[in-house]
Amino acid sequence: MTTTTHMSPGAPTGADLDRLRVRAYELRVSMLDMAAGKGEGYVAQGLGMADCLAALYFFEMRHDPQNPSWAQRDRFLLSTGHYSIAMYALLARAGYLDLAELPTYGLNGSRLPMSTFDDLPGIEIVGGSLGQGLGQAVGMAIGLRLDGQGSRVFCEVSDGELQEGSTWEALMSGATFNCDNLVALFDCNGVQADGAIHVQLEPVADKIAAFGWDTVEINGNDLVALTDALVNARQADGRPKAIVMRTQPGSGIPTLERRERAHFVRISDDEWQVCRQELEAGRPEVRND
Amino acid sequence: MTSEQLIAGQTRGMGELIEIAGKTTELAPFGRELAALGRERSDIVALTADMGRYSDILAFRDEHPDRFFNVGMAEQNLIAVSAGLAKTGKIAYCTTYSVFVSRRAYDFVAIAGAHSMANVKIFAGMPGLMNGYGATHQATEDLNMMRGIADLTIIDPCDATELKQVVRAVADIPGTVYVRLLRGNVSVELDPATYQFTVGKAAVLRPGGSVGIISTGYMTARALDAAAHVAPQGVDVGVLHVPTIKPFDTAGVLAFAAQYDRVIVAENHKTTGGLATLVIESMFDAGVIRPVERIGLADSFFECGSQEYLEARYGVDLPRFVRAILQEA
Repeated sequence: MTTTTHMSPGAPTGADLDRLRVRAYELRVSMLDMAAGKGEGYVAQGLGMADCLAALYFFEMRHDPQNPSWAQRDRFLLSTGHYSIAMYALLARAGYLDLAELPTYGLNGSRLPMSTFDDLPGIEIVGGSLGQGLGQAVGMAIGLRLDGQGSRVFCEVSDGELQEGSTWEALMSGATFNCDNLVALFDCNGVQADGAIHVQLEPVADKIAAFGWDTVEINGNDLVALTDALVNARQADGRPKAIVMRTQPGSGIPTLERRERAHFVRISDDEWQVCRQELEAGRPEVRND
Repeated sequence: MTSEQLIAGQTRGMGELIEIAGKTTELAPFGRELAALGRERSDIVALTADMGRYSDILAFRDEHPDRFFNVGMAEQNLIAVSAGLAKTGKIAYCTTYSVFVSRRAYDFVAIAGAHSMANVKIFAGMPGLMNGYGATHQATEDLNMMRGIADLTIIDPCDATELKQVVRAVADIPGTVYVRLLRGNVSVELDPATYQFTVGKAAVLRPGGSVGIISTGYMTARALDAAAHVAPQGVDVGVLHVPTIKPFDTAGVLAFAAQYDRVIVAENHKTTGGLATLVIESMFDAGVIRPVERIGLADSFFECGSQEYLEARYGVDLPRFVRAILQEA
């Protein structure tokens, strides 16, 4: 499948939203397939990001899977490189990768390692050393503005990364350099390696707004809210844009949503079938009108 | 201790080289050459982390303000933003002090820079013992640290002539480059009409002699001064300048070292982990076994003071070179 997506002129129609729900569902199916093959992985975070990635790549961003290095493309930076499972599902469903390659996820010698490298078409940065994404996104936004081609930059940042000082350095720079072509998407799922986030982060949205960013806080698993926020973030008003997304780890699969330890999920063979059934039970209906 | 008991002298401004009588100098060669390069190439951008004034880069800002970005005191962000610019096709020159880029921003240089083959050209001010502000501002282990990063090019220029050539050369070296910056009034040691910097190549500046000095950075200027100093006594000294620490010119160093019964290695850096370590490893691996004397800094944190005082106290001044050549205690 090949897709060339360009920015929609306005808010999504009901049919657009139906289409995006199917896309998000398909991403979840691919993620579950990849994680089931390995028996473990960062699948909970990936499922939480499925709606955001669907909205970006199938609604908002200007990109061409047939030409991943197209100079005028919008950039998406996955700062949290170990969310790679979500990114590979997305790249395959969008046409950057062959779906048949997904089962190699995490295997020795695979092009789809557990953490993202920038030599794979569609991956913009080496992710994984947390706190390095947003600063690079600021640099890209400045560089693309100098080029004058209208390209924009979208950067995912996890709530765990808000504990890295460098993320706040980048927030200062984004406002200082008036990067209104930059949208930071903060994936606030409330978990990190040692469990539930206990560091005093809140109020995240107020803090980011105080750093000079045009900030909105939404349910990151609500495609209406996501597309609304992305449409509003198009304003070229001199201010960088922040979307604080409250996301549900394991979103779409109740068994995984209930997991206490959602950072790195290990699931037994029989549980995978339960997960698959739960996901299929939530399959969106496609209207043919 | 009373003021009478202290050695006369005081800590001076940051990063200014010692002025040596009789030397021709050039003011701000880095910034001026970068500004000129910016005139020729629209893909050159420049950044600093609140060290514009003290890294001579303001000449670029004054000519190309739309391509200059000061991120403030945030060295990790400096490297990240530079890498982001590089990933849109720019060549990002950035400056801060070498202590801050090596000690504080190391992971960013490794991952956002070198691992990504991002065209980030770091010009790191006050490398080694080059100011009197104490250990917080003296990057005496930066070569050791930075050469641990794969795919990073590391250059320690000798003088204004070489620094200007390096400014141009690094634009065409793929990936991230770490350059030890000389700023202020920088001496001219090498003749621009005859000297040509080539990345990864050492240069014989004085051939022959009974003892060979292998040196890098502005310690090469001191090696040349020492060689001239002992020449009237009938002592002939060879000098090999090694501006590129990584990739290292193993063949060039071996060919030079093999000519001598003993070798002196000099660097503005600790005597471990930098040039001396590379030279000794290369010689030992190849079976070129010679006595090696190391001129450089001890594994210690240093205090504040005048540059002359610190260089004499820690053994990298001209008399130290002369003693090493003449094998005096």
